[in-house]
Amino acid sequence: MTALSGLRVVELANERIAFTGKLMADMGADVILVEPPGGDPSRSYPPFLDNKPGPDRSLYWWHYHTSKRAIALDLDDLEGAKTFQKLMATTDVLIEAEPRDRLSNLQLDYPTLSEIKRDLIHLAVTTHGRDDPRSDLPATDLTIMATSGPPWSCGYDDHSLPPIRGPLQGYQTAAHFAYMSALTALLYRGVSGEGQFIDVSMTAASNVSTEAATYSWLVAQKTVQRQTGRHASVSPSGETQQLCADGRYANTGVPPRFPHEFKALYDWLKSLGLDQQLPEAVFLEMGAEWQGPFDLSLIGQDDAITAIFGAGRAALQLIASSVSAQDFFLGCQQAGLAAGAVNSPEEAFEDEHFKARGFHVPVRHEDIDRTITYPGAPYRFEKTPWSIYRRAPKLGEHTAEVLAELDP
Amino acid sequence: MPGALSSFRICDFTGQLAGAGATKWLASFGAEIIRIEDPVREGRWDILRGTPPFIDDRRGIDLGGAFNNHNTDKLGITLNLRDEKAKEILAELVRVSDVVSENFAKGVLERWGFGYEQLKAIKPDIVYVSNCGFGHVGPYSDFRTWGPIVQAVSGLTFSSGLPGLEPAGWGYSFMDHTGAYYMAMAIMLALLHRQKTGEGQWVDLACSESALTLHGPALLDWTINANPMRREGSPHSNRNQWPPMAPHGIYPTLGNDEWVAIACRNESDWDALCSVIQRPWLTDKAFATHEDRLNQQDALDQHLSGWTKDQTKYEIETALQNVRVPVAAVLTPEERIDRDPATGSFGLWPTVQHREMGEVRVDGQPVHFSKTDWEMTHGAPCLSEHTMDVLTRVLGYSEEEVTQLTAEGVI
Repeated sequence: MTALSGLRVVELANERIAFTGKLMADMGADVILVEPPGGDPSRSYPPFLDNKPGPDRSLYWWHYHTSKRAIALDLDDLEGAKTFQKLMATTDVLIEAEPRDRLSNLQLDYPTLSEIKRDLIHLAVTTHGRDDPRSDLPATDLTIMATSGPPWSCGYDDHSLPPIRGPLQGYQTAAHFAYMSALTALLYRGVSGEGQFIDVSMTAASNVSTEAATYSWLVAQKTVQRQTGRHASVSPSGETQQLCADGRYANTGVPPRFPHEFKALYDWLKSLGLDQQLPEAVFLEMGAEWQGPFDLSLIGQDDAITAIFGAGRAALQLIASSVSAQDFFLGCQQAGLAAGAVNSPEEAFEDEHFKARGFHVPVRHEDIDRTITYPGAPYRFEKTPWSIYRRAPKLGEHTAEVLAELDP
Repeated sequence: MPGALSSFRICDFTGQLAGAGATKWLASFGAEIIRIEDPVREGRWDILRGTPPFIDDRRGIDLGGAFNNHNTDKLGITLNLRDEKAKEILAELVRVSDVVSENFAKGVLERWGFGYEQLKAIKPDIVYVSNCGFGHVGPYSDFRTWGPIVQAVSGLTFSSGLPGLEPAGWGYSFMDHTGAYYMAMAIMLALLHRQKTGEGQWVDLACSESALTLHGPALLDWTINANPMRREGSPHSNRNQWPPMAPHGIYPTLGNDEWVAIACRNESDWDALCSVIQRPWLTDKAFATHEDRLNQQDALDQHLSGWTKDQTKYEIETALQNVRVPVAAVLTPEERIDRDPATGSFGLWPTVQHREMGEVRVDGQPVHFSKTDWEMTHGAPCLSEHTMDVLTRVLGYSEEEVTQLTAEGVI
């Protein structure tokens, strides 16, 4: 028994909602991907198996369609539409990101489908919501993010450089909200027996996911400015990213604020033999021996407190420049300081912590006789574990199987 | 109208954004969220309680703008868990709750005597969701994190930047938002399981692990092809890899720190872009095919910037929208909140009533449900605002008993 077992989800193939379907499929829902007979365009997206393009070699497709079944169906064709209606009679959740009028033109919209399946949950994902004509304009992950906030806050101290987008996250943030909406509606259906229609806006999803940029404006009508490697801020803040001895960066996190943290930092500095290189080390000692809590509001006003906190930052910078990013991370954490190495994705993936948590998941690809290592679960359930149930489907791989289930 | 989740009660220890954001979602759909805070430290474990932004010159633990934003429509009570009587009250609350949620460092609830085993003994079908940076299991489970640290260790900071420069990272705690979304999912998935089977369970959420799942195909490109993201010229995160597009980037426009994003997915987008730009360089043989343009992105970006810099971002947005090229002005907070009529008409910035602050706008939800839509009406609870209400209405104490418990320092 898995959290979503027994649920049938139909996903009308579209790169904007593929991740929502994956999240549901990996928790045990029977997700049926409906593709046009020619296949979804994202089947041809790079990267490719062994770096060679070709059918069924897209790792993009492999990643976003784990645990799903796929059928090929032409919704523009009368027979195809009839089959789709039959499928909908067995469906709990429909997820689609079609142009706003497409399903009503095909007479496959929510009013029609909810006649076929009374408690259907229909999720419609558009760029700007169902009522905004801009939802029918072409858009990409980049343009969705540009209009909804993230790049304004991300980039460099040097504002002649462009604002930066963290790739994929416009789509994925919207996918998270679509998934949360589906789960919410399923819980309500569980107590009421009722389905409903849900309008998910991709730009709204990023708009409400930009932390202080939004509420600094909502609350105080102040505008944050982007800064290198740290929070965009109304007033400039100190740098937190530090180049380490191995050429990688570390995030120095929150500098010490308590006497025991100053002591741990001072001890670490001495153990590295670096205390002689830091004239401010005496203030670390003073911080370690401080009686009672520090009044942080006196930083910049009280000479002793200002010197002690300045020494904390200086010591972290000196250590970071003398050791590798990973050693800096481990040393800080052992001293009780929240700091981290700036890992690349592959470095993070190979880290012992995630390996020990079982993040490397083998998935059998019987068609090519290989077992592939996939990224694992976003959460650890005690009783209803996440799992990759099968590799991504080939075009129409389950058409016959699903049609046979509809006409037993 | 009943909310979608109004049949659920959450005994909630979450704070900051990574935890509070999860129960904010549940609250907006009607779940009863009972937020428990420490009266001795005046709830200061949640550092957002008394930090900026503020609506006026007043300061204090009930006036933090971020705290208000993340804790709408929750009830707030105080329990001094150093006191045995407070522990008894907590046990009574767990007994009538569906979920216990927290985002402390590992081990805090155990120390109070409310680890998962004890919670189960009190309420056998309880759903317990813990959320911390590295989770409760694994070699780093005792390490401390904040959103930026989670982003650094998980590769998200690295993946955002320009080649040859240090990582730009995220200008906010992306993983506090997103960790909260995964926590909300975890709570609801466990409740769905319980709805079917009657069984509760523990979910161990590690924000850094959730973050690691967000690299998409990059990790398969690593495990299968050994292609690392840390390589010459990478990342170049405004450009698109999957599918490859060119031109694809954020370009300067007329004005100070004004920008526009443009993406050409294919030949027809390129032809449409050319029809608007009409400059000689467009016919350069170097840019003849999509493949050519992918190989010449630096040169292409330079030419395109030369065109964008003399017009406003809105002029470019309109011109390219007219020919159906993906385009968007990079909007400032003011522009997307107060000048984009669509976010307002979507109801994205609801006004809530806070006991001390009065009316304040907050982040809404980016969805609408046809039958049980979300609602936000009340601001975050002031410290202990609902202790009397919860202890009398939910747990059956008399007002006199609550007054006595307050005098004894229990609540």
